[in-house]
Amino acid sequence: MADAPLSKDELAARVARDIPHGSYVNLGIGLPTLVSDHLPEGSGVTLHTENGMLGMGPAAVGDQIDTDLVNAGKIAVTELPGASYFSQADSFAMMRGGHIDVCVLGAFEVSVGGDLANWSTGAPDAIPAVGGAMDLAVGAKASWVMMNLFTKDGSPKLVRECTLPLTGVGCVSRVYSELAVIDVGRDDSGEPITPRVLETFGVSVAELQDRLGLTLIDATREVQS
Amino acid sequence: MTLTRFVETTREAVAPITDGATVMISGFGTAGQPIALIDALIDHGATDLTIVNNNAGNGDEGLARLIQLGRVRKILCSFPRQSDSWHFDAAYRAGQIELELVPQGNLAERIRAAGAGIGAFYTPTGYGTPLAAGKETRRIDGRDYVLEYPIHADVALVKAHKADGVGNLVYRKTARNFGPMMAAAARHTIVEVAEIVPTGAIDPEAVVTPGIYVDTVVQVDPSYYEGRL
Repeated sequence: MADAPLSKDELAARVARDIPHGSYVNLGIGLPTLVSDHLPEGSGVTLHTENGMLGMGPAAVGDQIDTDLVNAGKIAVTELPGASYFSQADSFAMMRGGHIDVCVLGAFEVSVGGDLANWSTGAPDAIPAVGGAMDLAVGAKASWVMMNLFTKDGSPKLVRECTLPLTGVGCVSRVYSELAVIDVGRDDSGEPITPRVLETFGVSVAELQDRLGLTLIDATREVQS
Repeated sequence: MTLTRFVETTREAVAPITDGATVMISGFGTAGQPIALIDALIDHGATDLTIVNNNAGNGDEGLARLIQLGRVRKILCSFPRQSDSWHFDAAYRAGQIELELVPQGNLAERIRAAGAGIGAFYTPTGYGTPLAAGKETRRIDGRDYVLEYPIHADVALVKAHKADGVGNLVYRKTARNFGPMMAAAARHTIVEVAEIVPTGAIDPEAVVTPGIYVDTVVQVDPSYYEGRL
């Protein structure tokens, strides 16, 4: 158990540490974008952006800004040597076809069975928008969520069943949060697993279990050994 | 059948568009959005349009203006809500525009399917979510899929970088986005390009959209976009 909850940057660094060398990775808009700042030199990671590019570089500044070169958040970015461009159909075929190794997404809620809710707060007066969230959630070989474990008012975001409109069913395999790294998902028969806590930050597994109101498996020792 | 036609003005290019048409518009935000053709469509006056685009307009230009003027009856898109989508937001809240929200990959593939003559396809995207409610599903090899149908259009307005004399196109960076699928999907495809080069000047290996999909090309000077993207 680390001493204290992770800061956003520490969390991004923690996610970056688990991305295998040479992976093709899609980082969702928002918090997940921070992960790219923590990929070590020589990580061999190639970033995919679903609007049609592999080999995306850092955000563009000054003279680098080109209105024809943007990321999925419509922010001007740069291209790295070896970059390629392709249509949206090819880009989502690449995603849906299981060619992207890791996708890191933000979330409003994740269920213990790996269901994801990250596109709609369910507010009746809100204008709905989904973008590529549903395609990303089900397409990558591994979909990880990066989020705070509780909302601002203290409600758990890792839940038994999602209450918000779903983005995907059983698609998330791991949750990285400021308090813990937790494996979720379904077993071979499609039943939700008991979440496995791999690592905690400034909190014990017993405390987490209590605050989340969920049964958790303490796998922190297995991970350390 | 017909060879690609080259016209002098965007006004001539959009002249065949009729009231009530379904119009695909390329672009992801403003990257690849054919603003000159949309401006011409606004001046042309066609109304009661169904628009297919990834978004629902940014700021006060292009697609946003078309919506502001009340020319759009329905829009199919993946992400209408943006920090600068105020014209769509207002029209939607006032009940003046119908929205069909489509996950981005499904939008791309449904457009692709139309151009490729596919009757429908099963995709895992959206299964078990509100956007697949009421749709046919099927379990294939232990995985659940949703049946999705193609999106056809009367017209596509596409922005590309260069065209040659037979209408072969190349795009620029991430401005390619929906252009190639829309060019194939629409019955009539109109393209604005920064440059028209002689036939043979684009390496055949580098052609992204073959001229067979392109009906009309108009050149738009890059200065047209200054301060507007």
